[in-house]
Amino acid sequence: MKDIVVPQSKAAPPGTGLSIKGISKSFGGLRAVDNCSFDVKRGSITGLIGPNGAGKTTLFSIITGFLSPDCGRITLDDVDVTRLAPHDLFHRGLVRTFQIPHEFSKLSVLENLMVVPANQPGENPITAWLRPGLVREREEQVFQEARNTLAFLGLEKVCDLPAGNLSGGQRKLVELGRAMMSGAGTVLLDEPGAGVNPTLLAQLSQMIMRLNSERGTTFCIIEHNMDMITSLCDTVVVMSSGSVLTQGHMSQIKKDDRVLAAYLGSSAVRALQ
Amino acid sequence: MEIFVGYGNYTIALATMIGIYSIMALGLNIQWGLTGLFNLGIAGFFAVGAYASAILTTSETPKHIGGFDLPVVLAWPLAMIAAAFIAWAVARICIRLRADYLAIATIGIGEILRLIFKNEQWATGGTRGISNISRPFEQLPGIWAPLAFLGVVLILAMVAYWLAERGRTSPWGRVVQAIRDNEPAARAAGKNVETFRIQGFVIGSAFMGLAGALTAHYFKFVGPEATDPLQVTFLVWVMLIVGGNGSNRGAMLGAAVIWTMWSASELFSSRLSGDWAHRAPFVRLFLVGLILQIMLQYFPDGLMPRQRQITARLPRKPTIDQPQSSHILPPF
Ligand SMILES: Nc1ncnc2c1ncn2[C@@H]1O[C@H](COP(=O)(O)OP(=O)(O)O)[C@@H](O)[C@H]1O
Ligand SMILES: [Mg+2]
Repeated sequence: MKDIVVPQSKAAPPGTGLSIKGISKSFGGLRAVDNCSFDVKRGSITGLIGPNGAGKTTLFSIITGFLSPDCGRITLDDVDVTRLAPHDLFHRGLVRTFQIPHEFSKLSVLENLMVVPANQPGENPITAWLRPGLVREREEQVFQEARNTLAFLGLEKVCDLPAGNLSGGQRKLVELGRAMMSGAGTVLLDEPGAGVNPTLLAQLSQMIMRLNSERGTTFCIIEHNMDMITSLCDTVVVMSSGSVLTQGHMSQIKKDDRVLAAYLGSSAVRALQ
Repeated sequence: MEIFVGYGNYTIALATMIGIYSIMALGLNIQWGLTGLFNLGIAGFFAVGAYASAILTTSETPKHIGGFDLPVVLAWPLAMIAAAFIAWAVARICIRLRADYLAIATIGIGEILRLIFKNEQWATGGTRGISNISRPFEQLPGIWAPLAFLGVVLILAMVAYWLAERGRTSPWGRVVQAIRDNEPAARAAGKNVETFRIQGFVIGSAFMGLAGALTAHYFKFVGPEATDPLQVTFLVWVMLIVGGNGSNRGAMLGAAVIWTMWSASELFSSRLSGDWAHRAPFVRLFLVGLILQIMLQYFPDGLMPRQRQITARLPRKPTIDQPQSSHILPPF
């Protein structure tokens, strides 16, 4: 396949990666994220775990500009990106996926992916009307990228179906496919494994690993599947009730009683011991 | 012979209005069908186009501003620009509103525009409106005059269709439809949602402005009643819903079907006698409402539902050519 066009990876320039410093966010009286600080080092695969309601998704939304933090700072390769709009962050190479799939329901699966790549001249209506040749040239590249991504995800058979007609697991894959089409250097995945079958999950882990080692893509992954986190992540950050409980290598995290207590409740841990 | 001329004239008038309303239905399809913007101020943008072209093409008169004497080839594009400019100003303020709030805001805008045209007598002639507007080709003999004007309208309707269809199937159309389907996901995909929404709103309104200009020249007159929101806005919405929201061909078909019925209902209601005669206006609206009800019950997607494939066809390689999925790395 010589005509695969790989977008310029934004991961290439070495930098310090993503840094979250003292981020807080309240919804009414509820402190969903409470003074969170941690780093996602450039080139790493960092896990973000914690029980439901710990504030992980809210934190992702703050980092990617969907929510504005009450206080705190976010830097990407030492540049302050706090409160930038999601599309600005996209163009700086930072993208997220959604825990609950957010597909473009009436667009076909193929089109769901083709929407994503940047630098599409046909997104300007005047160019779309007057320069069909230019538009078509880029369309063919984007089309091939989307086909390749769908082939990878095993979604070729449904590529012309409206995305709204897919099953939950397939929608999850489309979600991932859109992140893959972005060419971003830093990708935040919100529970990519939930509802995906085990075979595909193994392939998914492999793909994340390859993208990380071959392209240098940095990942931050929220996931409840501990095997996946253990096999993929260098560093794991544990959140509980809005704050960072602890962080470190998975082998250390597993021994930490506080982590178990956060998941099960401290009384359950005492009962076990 | 007489009767044929009568039917001929009627058919030409019918087709002319269908052409004009098609352009508006296409404009609304760009706004609502593609971009998901709920515009209930169609009559306002229609009126801006109508008055702009009327003022620009008429000769010097004390009744309203003007005296520019521009030819229509200049005045019509300027009328579109005027409608587009008003739409842009409105969109800058309102475009972030949720669909239902945008609907309320645009009702208000339409009404404000109507009141301006009605009350700013120095500029618009007030309730007396602007008359003596020229109609292209009116100097041709007999039936050729309306026929030639019909030709102009149909050509413009085809151009409007072509623009709308190329827009729909382009990457631009894909993005606005993505925004309509799921705004957060479009933001996550790096799209500046406000920009695309403003574009959709402005382009759709420019179409409406052109339709207004054509109407003013067709009737050789424009006044506050000629831009009645109840008729213009309501009919265009019914046309789009009946024809098929999201489909450009559907919008045009809807314009043809609904305008034919509307026009036929006038023939019918004008024959009503006695007590019923003064009930004609609401009887007509009731009939259109009834048609809409029946359509929504039996054809909720319209006569021509949206085409599923929005991306212009690209060559599909046979699956044998597809790379082995495990060997290629997708383009992260
Ligand atoms: N938009 C919102 N408004 C009010 N409360 C919210 C909102 N989003 C999240 N929350 C609350 O914030 C807390 C953290 O939620 P979330 O970030 O989704 O947790 P996690 O992803 O770790 O399971 C939960 O208690 C949730 O109910
Ligand atoms: Mg979550």
